[in-house]
Amino acid sequence: MATKDVKVNDPMLDPITGEVRVLAPGHTFKSVTEKISRIVLTPHTPIGWFLGFLLASGVATLVVIAVTWLFLKGVGIWGITQPVAWGFAIINFVWWIGIGHAGTLISAILLLFKQTWRNSINRFAEAMTIFAVVCAGLFPLIHVGRPWLAYWLFPYPNSMNVWPQFRSPLLWDVFAVSTYATISVVFWYIGLVPDFGTMRDRSKTRFGQYVYGLLSLGWRGSSRHWMRYETASLLLAGLATPLVLSVHSVISFDFAVAVLPGWHTTIFPPYFVAGAVYSGFAMVITLAVPIRAFYHLEDMITLRHLDNMAKVMLTTGLIVAYGYSMEVFMAWYSASHWEAFMMWNRMFGPMGWSYWCLIACNIAIPQLMWLRSVRISPARMFLLSFVVNTGMWFERFVIVVTSLYRDFLPSSWGTYKATRWDYATFIGTMGLFTTLFLLFVRFLPMIPMSEIRMMLPQAKVKPESEAVHEAGD
Amino acid sequence: MPIREGTYGLLAEFDTPTELVLAAQAAYEAGYRRMDCYTPYPVEEAAEAIGFHRNNVSLVCLLGGILGCCAMFGMETWVSVWGYPLNIAGRPYYSWPAFVVPAYEWTILFAGLSAAFGMLAMNGLPTLYHPLFNAPNFRNGATTDKFFLCIEATDPKFSPTESREFLALHRPLSVVEVDY
Repeated sequence: MATKDVKVNDPMLDPITGEVRVLAPGHTFKSVTEKISRIVLTPHTPIGWFLGFLLASGVATLVVIAVTWLFLKGVGIWGITQPVAWGFAIINFVWWIGIGHAGTLISAILLLFKQTWRNSINRFAEAMTIFAVVCAGLFPLIHVGRPWLAYWLFPYPNSMNVWPQFRSPLLWDVFAVSTYATISVVFWYIGLVPDFGTMRDRSKTRFGQYVYGLLSLGWRGSSRHWMRYETASLLLAGLATPLVLSVHSVISFDFAVAVLPGWHTTIFPPYFVAGAVYSGFAMVITLAVPIRAFYHLEDMITLRHLDNMAKVMLTTGLIVAYGYSMEVFMAWYSASHWEAFMMWNRMFGPMGWSYWCLIACNIAIPQLMWLRSVRISPARMFLLSFVVNTGMWFERFVIVVTSLYRDFLPSSWGTYKATRWDYATFIGTMGLFTTLFLLFVRFLPMIPMSEIRMMLPQAKVKPESEAVHEAGD
Repeated sequence: MPIREGTYGLLAEFDTPTELVLAAQAAYEAGYRRMDCYTPYPVEEAAEAIGFHRNNVSLVCLLGGILGCCAMFGMETWVSVWGYPLNIAGRPYYSWPAFVVPAYEWTILFAGLSAAFGMLAMNGLPTLYHPLFNAPNFRNGATTDKFFLCIEATDPKFSPTESREFLALHRPLSVVEVDY
């Protein structure tokens, strides 16, 4: 896609502030509804969608094959060994769950701050959250060695009278991630209910009317219903906000409660959360740029959205950079020579390349976002979002591997090399994520219609004097 | 539930939210109470116009949160102290700081589920059949771009002729009688 510079007299520019608009002018309630619902209700699926689906589901079969082989042979097919007993599974788990966080952030925190620009992107960002959590959740399940016993992690009354160990951060993870998944799905579904009502009423086929009719639960837009609905949405947003902060903090506790050099750091919770938001926004851009081009949604997902998301990324990226510099500072300031060695080894040891990849992808290259021309260019932001996601993956790789492979005793040092099964599982989850996302785009309204209607100028109720005056005209 | 038949109410259709709110305010002032507005997006003024100011979703959410917190903290304490005490490195059985995290997660889980399902229950959803769906103009507009005011037949002030005349004063696009 060509890079577009915004011109003077552009209808997308606000004449007063000169800023790029959040929504193109000239839309009506009907045009918004039609534009969004047509993508789903059209009987003709675009050929590009089919091609994408074929490719994505093909890649997703990799995860099926890899997991089947894993269940037959055990975790020995992976590159994990002593001392690096945590490898790709945990790296990918933390990476995927971090990606999910932007969805919740957009839908919850920006809703509480009354940032209306979120309305065009929140639905698919939430969908992204759910699919990312699906991919993330897979890894802890399959890495436990005997995955068919993974349900032992849940406290349930069993004939063995055995209960889980509630003092372990790994068990905290179970509750944090399962709560996060549940609340994300509920928040997403509740947000979809009014739009399901619209889909039910606009669907031409009997099948569509039945399915959307069932999903809409009989929604009819009553004012009483709307008011309770709004309260519930705000409450869910208010609850999801501390939840999103807690989930990644709890995940950072998995590391931080260990006494290992490089993991035993109090900066971990905030720095993990910032990193999660950073990678999550990068993924939203990775998804938003092709979608807006493919479905011609440039009037709803505007350059303003890219600009705003880039600013959030720049901020969180700088928080992450602060985290990295604090790690280095504390390694020196703590005067712990294990910490100092770990830091030196991270930077200049045999796996030093991964640290410098991380610095380049997460800190150096993203500084380009200071330039407005980069922020409002879909192509450049698309590339940058790839760079950031790669960088965030390296961050988890660096934390997990370079702390574990050389700890206190040189006699226990080892190394880590991922096998093709590690790569197959990781790449397979990307296929799984894309497949789920393509299904979402095809069958559900990807932009919340009721929220876009609220943003239109005609949506406001005018004061009585003005209304009477108009009627008189 | 008794079998309902006859008229459900009179449904007036408007083009803009302002017209709807003015009509709803007038109806409330005229003494109508059993009525509702139907809009394609939340219009706060419409709910206020028909006298709906407060809802109990927040209360249900709070109760759910308290229940979740107590349930998890209680379970953790029971499991760790009585049910299956594990002595790991001499740590106390009742390690309350470690119990905070799961209890916090369940507070959010229960509060969120209570808010969502409580909202649906208070709204009487799911209800897949509703008499208003019988009005063809309702299905064409209520979830897209039209604004409706329905005065229900159960209102003591309701009269098929007078209420229709009253609604017509506000220049709606149409007034339709909705059957059960």
